[in-house]
Amino acid sequence: MNPNLNRLRRSMMFLNCQKPGLIKDPYIYKPDSIMLDLEDAVAENQKDAARYSLYHALQEIDYRGVERVVRINGLDTPHWKEDVRVCVAGRCDSIRIPKVESAQDVVTIEKAMEEAEEEFGVEKGSILLMAALESCKGVINAYEICQSSPLLFGVALSGGDYTKDLQTTISGTGVEFTWARGMMINAARAAGVQCFDTVFTNLDDMDGFIAETKMIKAMGFDGKSIVNPRQIEPTHKIFTPTEKEIIKAEKIVKEVDEKKALGIGVFTVDGKMIDIAFYPGAKRTIELAKAAGVYEGDL
Amino acid sequence: MKVFQGAYARHNQTYKKAAPTVRGVVDPNESKMVESIAEVLKKCGIKDGMTLSFHHHFREGDYVVNMVMEEVHKMGIKDITICASSLGKAHNPIVPMIEDGTVTGIQSSGVRGKIGEAISTGKLQGYAIMRSHGGRVRAIEEGDVHIDIAFIGAPTCDEYGNMRAVGGKSDCGVLSYAVVDAMYADKVVAITDTLVPYPNLPASISQIYVDYVVKVDEIGNPAKIATGAAKPTTDVRKIMMANYCTQFVINTPYFKNGFTYQTGVGGASIASTISLGEIMRERGIKMGLGLGGIAGPMCKLLEEGLIEKLVDTQDFDLTAIESIKNNPNHYEITGSEYANPMNKGAYVNQLDFVILASLEVDVNFNCNVVVDSNGMVTGAQGGHPDTAAGAKCTIVIAPLLQGRTPAICSNVTTVTTPGETVDVVITDYGIAINPRRQDLIEAMKGVKLPFKTIEELRDIAYSIVGEPEPVEFGDRVVGIIESRDGTIIDVVRQIKPFEFND
Repeated sequence: MNPNLNRLRRSMMFLNCQKPGLIKDPYIYKPDSIMLDLEDAVAENQKDAARYSLYHALQEIDYRGVERVVRINGLDTPHWKEDVRVCVAGRCDSIRIPKVESAQDVVTIEKAMEEAEEEFGVEKGSILLMAALESCKGVINAYEICQSSPLLFGVALSGGDYTKDLQTTISGTGVEFTWARGMMINAARAAGVQCFDTVFTNLDDMDGFIAETKMIKAMGFDGKSIVNPRQIEPTHKIFTPTEKEIIKAEKIVKEVDEKKALGIGVFTVDGKMIDIAFYPGAKRTIELAKAAGVYEGDL
Repeated sequence: MKVFQGAYARHNQTYKKAAPTVRGVVDPNESKMVESIAEVLKKCGIKDGMTLSFHHHFREGDYVVNMVMEEVHKMGIKDITICASSLGKAHNPIVPMIEDGTVTGIQSSGVRGKIGEAISTGKLQGYAIMRSHGGRVRAIEEGDVHIDIAFIGAPTCDEYGNMRAVGGKSDCGVLSYAVVDAMYADKVVAITDTLVPYPNLPASISQIYVDYVVKVDEIGNPAKIATGAAKPTTDVRKIMMANYCTQFVINTPYFKNGFTYQTGVGGASIASTISLGEIMRERGIKMGLGLGGIAGPMCKLLEEGLIEKLVDTQDFDLTAIESIKNNPNHYEITGSEYANPMNKGAYVNQLDFVILASLEVDVNFNCNVVVDSNGMVTGAQGGHPDTAAGAKCTIVIAPLLQGRTPAICSNVTTVTTPGETVDVVITDYGIAINPRRQDLIEAMKGVKLPFKTIEELRDIAYSIVGEPEPVEFGDRVVGIIESRDGTIIDVVRQIKPFEFND
């Protein structure tokens, strides 16, 4: 299994492949992933130039451990096959497939990717996939999409196109995404993949951004797509366990391990009743803290 | 001229000050008012080879230099040296006068725009001498340069020559850098667009120094003299460097009640003033003195009571100008008081911190703020070397890469501020402390900041964009970088057009 399948992905920052100033050192802002865009940010007659710049960026720049996701053009365009070849030749970490509506869409890309891996001598399975759901059909098929490939690490909501398909607009309250978010996180968890929320484009409304990010964290999402480095720090703050949460999780893990050996099933931690059901959640908190680099304990 | 011997080599040296030739005004009936620039030039005895001086408090909105030089040009005068506290893009019209020999010498803190290109391409017949703000005052007071006529643009002036920086149409807040000109030039001309009733007090420059007063329509463009308050930067890279800077500052032993501080007006400097203010507020720590060129964020801290006194030599925005007019704890000082290394102790000597920027910093912590990485004269020393030499903790903020050029390099193109006076370099990739400052290295033990050596920072820069080939220069020296003490710290050579290797 590709060890990156479940890596920490609190933030995924969109970057236009054609802008050298943007793609030369985005790792300085410490996002978990960057998403180098060949799709909407690139004009139709500049697709080849963007691929060229992408290839050299992937080959030349040391992104210092930041995951390099590339958003290719959709299956409804003439560009995607060449995009996939460049992604593989340049050895990116993951490919984001836009406008996915069915499991078959993912399989189609997976197949093209395998061919390219063969062509360029790249190890099979070393590049992962993610699917962006941008239509009502895509969202309703979320579960089959989440199960479509062993290389698929997650799904992301793409709010702009989705609201158009819904025949509404982005209201700022999030009401138009209520069902899609619920559907997608449920499908992702059922299939065991990650789930990412759509972008928040009003850079002047940091309070709105924070409120939305807190909400999607509470819903169960793994991370958020972001459009500006300003959004990274608050996102990470929200998605990184607090010291209090880490201490509590540590206590639970240690107590459960200890009490299990003594045959005790239910006990109290800090005056609250705890049983084995709390164990996986506590373990996840510790793993998340470790991945985020904030855990200093011995578990 | 002597070669630079070290930033503090002239400590304790004695010297006799230069003196101007003064024409006594004994007759109470004599008027100082003169009809026009042309007439005042004649009255001052303008002739070939003279040195004329100007100040830069009107920044890119200045009309005075061009207005005077146009008349000089019309009179067919040649071989003039312009000795200005600084020159900018506003003075591009001087270039044809350089080309035709009207102007053959330039002495300034620095130059931007077309004059810089004219110097670098060898059009100026003599040398350009670049001096820091403190160094300029020293050069005038020691007699290295003698000013024949000083032209001082004054936002308000009375008929007997009392000049103030505030009020009028071209309000610039202070006239700090022009005071030495008034005291040491043989002839002093006040140029104003706003004549006010006598006496214009409190005066930045007193009538006792002023020979003539000329009223013109406009001395400057207010929109370019002072801009509205700059919106705090949203550039995360700058904010990141600003936060590193603030974290560094508050972890030094100097960050305590009454600390003294100077900062610039770049995005990172402003952001660091704002974040420092937050910590001062939290911890109840007050700044005793804020020094130098002043912008809005420092005035807001003064207003809030987080700064005891602002001591000002230049105003960068309207907030600063309003502040010096209205806040009794905001003071104007002269350029000598600010930074002259050879007086009996300048304000910069009392600085705990100065936050600076730089075009290039090398592995010996030398900074270059005047010549760009293509070899073109494009910046100004300003108070950079003065404050660096004075402050207990000199911090330079520079992004590791300026576009595709490494800002941290093996050798700066031109040394303007010696590395022995630079303590800390803050980049977006990490922070380097000068090994001369073991005390600061010790103080930062356990502080969670990305510390690296300066060589490591250079290596990262080179690993990203490669090591640039050195800029090629011709043989002719076109500019002298004068250290603040009057020695030569470096020279600028004529630029050689770039040619690709085969």
